This record gives sequence, C-alpha cells and structure tokens, in this order.
Amino acid sequence: MTLGDLTRPDFPILTRQIHGHPLVYLDSAASSQKPRQVLEAMQRYYERSHANVHRSIHTLGEEATELYEAARDAARGFIGARFREEVVFTRGTTEGINVVARAVASMLRPGDEIVVTEMEHHSNLIPWQMVCRERAAVLRAVPVTGAGFLDMEAFARLLSPRTRLVAAAHVSNVLGTINPVADLVRRGREAGALVLLDGAQAAPHLPLDVAAVGCDFYVLSGHKMLGPTGIGVLYGRRETLERLEPGLGGSEMIKEVWIDHAQWNDLPWRFEPGTPPIAEAVGLHAAVEYLDKLGMARVEAHERELCRLALEALETIPGVTLYGPRNPELKGAVVAFNVEGIHPHDGAALLDERGIAVRAGHHCAQPLMKRLGIVGTLRASFSVYNTPAEVARLAEAVEGLRGAL
Amino acid sequence: MVYSSVIRERFRRPRFRGELLAPDLAFEDVNPLCGDRIRIECRVADGRLSDARHRGDSCAICAASADLLLEMVIGRTIEEAAAVEPAALLERLEADIRPTRFKCVTLPLSVLQGALEGREVAL
Repeated sequence: MTLGDLTRPDFPILTRQIHGHPLVYLDSAASSQKPRQVLEAMQRYYERSHANVHRSIHTLGEEATELYEAARDAARGFIGARFREEVVFTRGTTEGINVVARAVASMLRPGDEIVVTEMEHHSNLIPWQMVCRERAAVLRAVPVTGAGFLDMEAFARLLSPRTRLVAAAHVSNVLGTINPVADLVRRGREAGALVLLDGAQAAPHLPLDVAAVGCDFYVLSGHKMLGPTGIGVLYGRRETLERLEPGLGGSEMIKEVWIDHAQWNDLPWRFEPGTPPIAEAVGLHAAVEYLDKLGMARVEAHERELCRLALEALETIPGVTLYGPRNPELKGAVVAFNVEGIHPHDGAALLDERGIAVRAGHHCAQPLMKRLGIVGTLRASFSVYNTPAEVARLAEAVEGLRGAL
Repeated sequence: MVYSSVIRERFRRPRFRGELLAPDLAFEDVNPLCGDRIRIECRVADGRLSDARHRGDSCAICAASADLLLEMVIGRTIEEAAAVEPAALLERLEADIRPTRFKCVTLPLSVLQGALEGREVAL
C-alpha cells in the first residue's frame, strides 16, 4: 500500500467527482488539500476555545493563547529552528517576504545590491524590485541554465561587498529544481549578505533543518503543506531578527506606548502586529502533526516516486516537452510540461473535463518563462495523497491531448 | 462543453489569422492572467473596416474569439465595430465559457477597441 492509498481516506475532498470522473488532484504546489484532522482542529478551536490571544484574562483567552503558542512550538520543531523566538507567524510566504523586505529596506543605501534568481516566484521578486526602486539599490539575478539549475559560478561573480541580501527559492515552483541552499547560504554569508530562502515548495515535501542550513530567513505557507490558507511562517535567525526594525506597526508588536513613541515587544511578537490568524495557526499545528506522523523522509520518498513515474510516462509521449531536471532525485514534486500545439490553458481545461486538476500558465514566474521562451506550461504536482494510479491517469489523458482541438 | 465545435473549427482553420501589409490601425495587448498576446491589424476605407487580421500566442478560446470577432466587424463602420458586446461574441462561440476563461473571450475585443481608438497606429 502506498502512502497515497494510506492517507486518502483522511481527505474528504478527494471523494468528489468532477465532470463524471473521480477527482485527480495534481495541483498541490498551488495549494494542497486538507486532512480531516486539520479541519476538525479548527472547528474544535472555534467551537470551544476561541478568544483573542495574549491580552484576554479569562479562560478562553488563556486557552486560545496556549493553542496559538503551541502551534509556534510545533512549527519550530518542524522547520528545525533553535528557538521559538525565531518563529514568526504571517499570513503566508508572500507576507513573510514582504515583512523582511520592509525591514531590510531601512538598512539599504543607494548602490547596495540584492541578488535574486531567474527562477523566483513573483512573490520573491516583486518585493525586492520595490525595495530596490525605493532605496536606489541594484537588483541582480542569478541565471538559470538550460538544464534548469542555478548557474552557481555566475552567482559567485554576482556577489560583491555591496550585496546586502540574497533571496532564492529552496525548490522551484516550476522546474522543481532543489537549489543548493547550503552553498547559497555559505557564499552569501561570506559576502556579508543576509540570505532569505523561499521554502513554499520545499516545506511540504522535504525534511527541513533551517538551523543547519544557516539561512537568515526561511519563509513558508501553511496552505501548501496540508494546513489552512491565511497562515505562514517567517523563520528568522535570532541574531538577525534582533537587529531588524519591524516594518509593520500595531498592537501586539509593542511593549509600552506613549503618545509620540513606543518600545517594541520581544521576539517573535515584534513582527506580529494585530490579532494573528489564531484558528489558522491551530490548523497549521494539526497539519504539522499530520506530516510529522507520516515522517517527512517518507513523504519525500513517496512524492519522488510519483515524480519519477510521471517523468517516465510523460517523456515517452510524442509532442510532450518537459521542463526542469529529469532526475527525480534533484527535484521536488512538480513536473512542468507542454504538449505540442496545445496552449497550456486549453490543456488544463481538457484535462479538467476528465477530472484531472493541474496548473497551467506562467506559475507566477514570468522571468523564468521568458528565459525558457514560452508563455506557460502545464504543471502536475504531487502530495502525500496522490497515487501511482493517478499518475497513470494523467499520462493517459495527456496522451490524448495532442490533436484534441 | 468548453470547446464547442465553433471553437475547435476556428482554432484549427482560422479565416482571419495573419497580418496586413500596410494596416491603418493596429493594437496588441496581453492577458495578465495567462500571458496570452493578441495583435489585431485593420484597414479602413470610407469609415468602414475593409479588412482585418489577428495573430499572436494564445489559447484556442482566445484565438477563436479573435477570428469570430473579425468576421463580425469586417465591412462594418468603426462605430459599429467598437460597439460589439462580449455577449454577442459569447453567443457566436456556442460554448460554456466559465468566468476563469471569460478574459480569453474579451481580450480580442479590447485589443480591437484599442486599435479603433487609434492607441497605436502601425508604421
């Protein structure tokens, strides 16, 4: 029995029929489905323990605070952070990057440099474009090679004494490439830069150890890793977070307030203004427990096997072009491809008619699409609940795409 | 049925795909949702669209919509051409277009309107 067969009963949505076919959900890289355990934890929280956190001196307020802070401890363990102060809850990866970008902006001087990569999701590109424009800083991009890897020699050349920050994806959301993050971090830090890793596509699929990787920041979204929408984690090394000014102000992020100034709160709350997404944190906690119980090494092996089967099946279909590394050992659980003569959106709509949900388009990575010389791709992505039988259904349907219009 | 026989037919065998040698009006635009790009070129004589062509990189729905649209407006006055409503195009496409693909139908319409407003005059 594969992990997919084992876990499927936990995901109520997977029993749906789409256009008369059983749903084959291969769009988890955009957003994963949620197990009953997550849905029930959030329902239980709202039915029994909801109140605002941290300031309510009553039983429900204390319970809500305990649940919220317990979620932080669970997230800390899941990503391998050393201290709970290093775990900031956000609304998602995009917000996490923007929180860092706001804080870093105040440290930049004209002519300072930020290094990104050509394979970044727009979420890890636009905030840096905005910061660079605002501070007259320079944005540089590490090129992607034809095989879908970062050109690490070019990266070394792009680093300079003016480099203040390196921002890179841990796993590409299109190519699936697992980037050499330890190397990126080591070289970036040697150059005196802060290093931010976008873990949105890595956190759901690989065992994480942010302390060992040594990055300054690691960001992820709950909804891509079986949790709810509206919650994410911004990990920041304690030493780094301590010297950053908060970019967003409000309640909760302060210790004491006068009419004309205020003293910031301790970490991690300094970066959590306003009422946080409490129920979502509870849901994320349940998602982390679910994944921990399966074991991330097992999750990784399962998804790698699905990826291998998909690559093998798709590359034999005439007219199919695959993008990104062909070796499943070197990539996350996404397979991007095109079918000759079929626009990706038409391909996705035709697959949907057979109950198969895949992503189509530029995947919020237009610079990468431009690099590849295409408008978009189809993308199948895999999670714990997918099965080899579903990969076979995808391959069969893709085979029928050419000439379908 | 998303891909009606009208869409399939127009996508396979477009009647107005191509370019004009010396267009009087031209415009192109991108659908930010999908990156599709459509260019429409028109020739004008006596206040009427005497000829028009479309080309670009787009999905079947968008390409079929552009082709049908040009069939609808060639021979009409500029005012009539500019007044074509999305509903009229949708009806001609005979397809069950869902909201996520609505922009695929309307992109050629807004590109044609851009051309008619003279937003870009071809060289």
